[in-house]
Amino acid sequence: MNLTIGTLLAFSFAVSLIALAALIWAISRKQFQVTQKDAMSIFDNGKPGTFDDPSHPSGRLREATTLPLSPAVRRLLVLGFSTAVFWLLLGSVFGVIASYKMHLPDWLNQAAPLTFGRMRTMHLNLVIYGWLSLGGITTAIWLVPTLFKTPLRKAGMATLGVVLWNLGVAGGVIAIGSGWTDGMEWLEIPWQLDILLAVAGACLAIPLVVTAAHRQVEHIYVSAWYYMAGLVWFPSLFFLANLPSTHSGVQAATVNWWFAHNVLGLWLTPLGLGAAYYFIPKIIGKPIFSYRLSLLGFWALALFYSQVGIHHLIGGPVPTWLVTLSVVQSVMMVVPVLAVAINQHVLWLGNFWAMRESLPLRFIATGALMYTFASLQGSMEAVRAVNTVTHFTHYTVGHAHLGAYAFVALVLFGAVYYMMPRILNRPWPFPKLISVHFWLVFIGFAIYFIALTLGGWLQGLAMMDASRDWLESMELTIPYLQARSVGGTLMTLGHLLFAVNVYALFAGKQPATANAGNAIPATDLGAR
Amino acid sequence: MNRIVPLLIIALTVLAFATLLLVAVPAMQIRSVEAPAGLEPYTEQEARGREHYVNLGCVYCHTQQPRDSSQAPDTQRGWGRASTPADYIYDSPHLLGTMRTGPDLLNVGARLPSRAWQLTHLYQPRAIVPSSLMPNFPYLFEEKDQAEEGDVVVKLPQKWAPENKVVVAKQAALDLVAYLLSLDRTYPPEQLHLRDHGYRRDESAAQFEGSGADREASL
Repeated sequence: MNLTIGTLLAFSFAVSLIALAALIWAISRKQFQVTQKDAMSIFDNGKPGTFDDPSHPSGRLREATTLPLSPAVRRLLVLGFSTAVFWLLLGSVFGVIASYKMHLPDWLNQAAPLTFGRMRTMHLNLVIYGWLSLGGITTAIWLVPTLFKTPLRKAGMATLGVVLWNLGVAGGVIAIGSGWTDGMEWLEIPWQLDILLAVAGACLAIPLVVTAAHRQVEHIYVSAWYYMAGLVWFPSLFFLANLPSTHSGVQAATVNWWFAHNVLGLWLTPLGLGAAYYFIPKIIGKPIFSYRLSLLGFWALALFYSQVGIHHLIGGPVPTWLVTLSVVQSVMMVVPVLAVAINQHVLWLGNFWAMRESLPLRFIATGALMYTFASLQGSMEAVRAVNTVTHFTHYTVGHAHLGAYAFVALVLFGAVYYMMPRILNRPWPFPKLISVHFWLVFIGFAIYFIALTLGGWLQGLAMMDASRDWLESMELTIPYLQARSVGGTLMTLGHLLFAVNVYALFAGKQPATANAGNAIPATDLGAR
Repeated sequence: MNRIVPLLIIALTVLAFATLLLVAVPAMQIRSVEAPAGLEPYTEQEARGREHYVNLGCVYCHTQQPRDSSQAPDTQRGWGRASTPADYIYDSPHLLGTMRTGPDLLNVGARLPSRAWQLTHLYQPRAIVPSSLMPNFPYLFEEKDQAEEGDVVVKLPQKWAPENKVVVAKQAALDLVAYLLSLDRTYPPEQLHLRDHGYRRDESAAQFEGSGADREASL
């Protein structure tokens, strides 16, 4: 079939008409009338002005917007976060091993599960599905009811969802380690085990949508747009991409990258942005800069981000129009990114005192800033002239970690540090470790990112230069790969401190001295 | 935005639109491709070898998609002509790859057709390329006091050979090498208009399959 320009024009005309009709409907039903007052809905009685950080020595463990939690919901949240942190630790260890193997190729190769190709894959699946997805969903399980001022519905179903999700992640990683894989990047977990994850995803999405239907607030705050949309996007993506034996060859490659980039854009990004849009203003005690702008940012993200995936196949065996479409949409991503950047950065930059006071805010605002950097870098990287150098190099790996780690993981760290004391009514047992955690992962990641970005760029230039032997492009990366291992090790140490704090808190450990005055006796737990 | 149901419906519509553009339309376009005359389906052994290639994760360091000479010197490096969708008709899962820690392998069977070379390289890449970063795969081989009948012995330089033992390829190694040697897309390109020509200055060359520029680009 030949796709003519005429067909495309007719198609885009039809789409514009539908979009116009939707716009008229939305305006006539006053769907776009969001005001700055709506941005205040996260504060007590809509009145901003109070700094709020439960992890701070003078912070309040409970405040007016704190929703009473039933013991079942509290158990669900503890289960979700404790398993997510476990996957983070295991995934980091595999990541560091894979990193060392890149410059020590004869190390630890006695058996197939230890080989680089499997270690790297176990790392990716653990941190994406085990840590970021599970951590993000658990955050939503706390945040969505808080935003809607109503208890979580169907908590039993959600608990089953967390259990099944963990079984799916564990089974998937064991399968990959033992050589049972579907073989496509981001889709390695065998489809038979994906069924577990799909059922788990439904068990997690349904309670949150039902909770939304019972909401006690008129306005749906921007964080909830991201969460609600992400919760229907991800199951659709995951289901369609994992249908067995539907696609082969190059077709499978377009499905592969449609899925893989949408996992970032329509799943991890909503999880990260949803949290950032709540915690940054909540901690500082002031609303975001322009609430109207957040509406533009949200819909532009949905429209543009969903079509960027094929930039992974630039210069590849797929039709030119398809690649060009994804390149154009990648550049268009500047629109939602700037909208989010203006909204979030203006707020925390203008209240920099809060960055010094609140460690959760420091994590989350840094994460939000990295979202801006990662996205702008991604837009540039998709431009053909840049992509021709960076494609197939470590530069891309650095970029992927800037988005998934420096943005989403950092936001999650901060969110957990904020939420857990409030959920458990107990302060962090080792508050000083929080700051050490921040600096370890900050410095570790800086080394990681700078090394791979520089090394990858030089690698790409060498690969493009016909007068240089190809081997040079590999040899010159070695010092940068070694630096990456150093950075990755520091990040993993940071995760270890995070885990110590989280598990000690769950085990009921109280801080030695400091803010003991704020601690509510353990016997009060669940008494509210 | 104060209503959940319209929010969810519009969100899903946007995704459906993206799926139509990135999945459905390309699928319709690419499905019309037929197998090139010069490309054979994988034999049983090659297919088994391909499974090892997949589950050992070779794709994370090796692409299988040489780029057009208007973009990069892939063809000059001996990796073959720019590939087209027809070249992958028997590939499931696809192994296009995203990383070149190692070289492109779509035509490695044509470039390095020696089974002995491939076996030595899999057993210990540094026996052939001293600076190589490729892992060794000792578990695809076994050490024996003496080779038995039918054994394929791996040739190794003194430095890497175990003392008083011979290294023999296991079936998995032989299958993997059979797959690698099957990687050969040196026949003329087909349906060249279905690949990305975004780096071509001369647009007209892209329109006509098998034009002069295309033949030059092919091996």
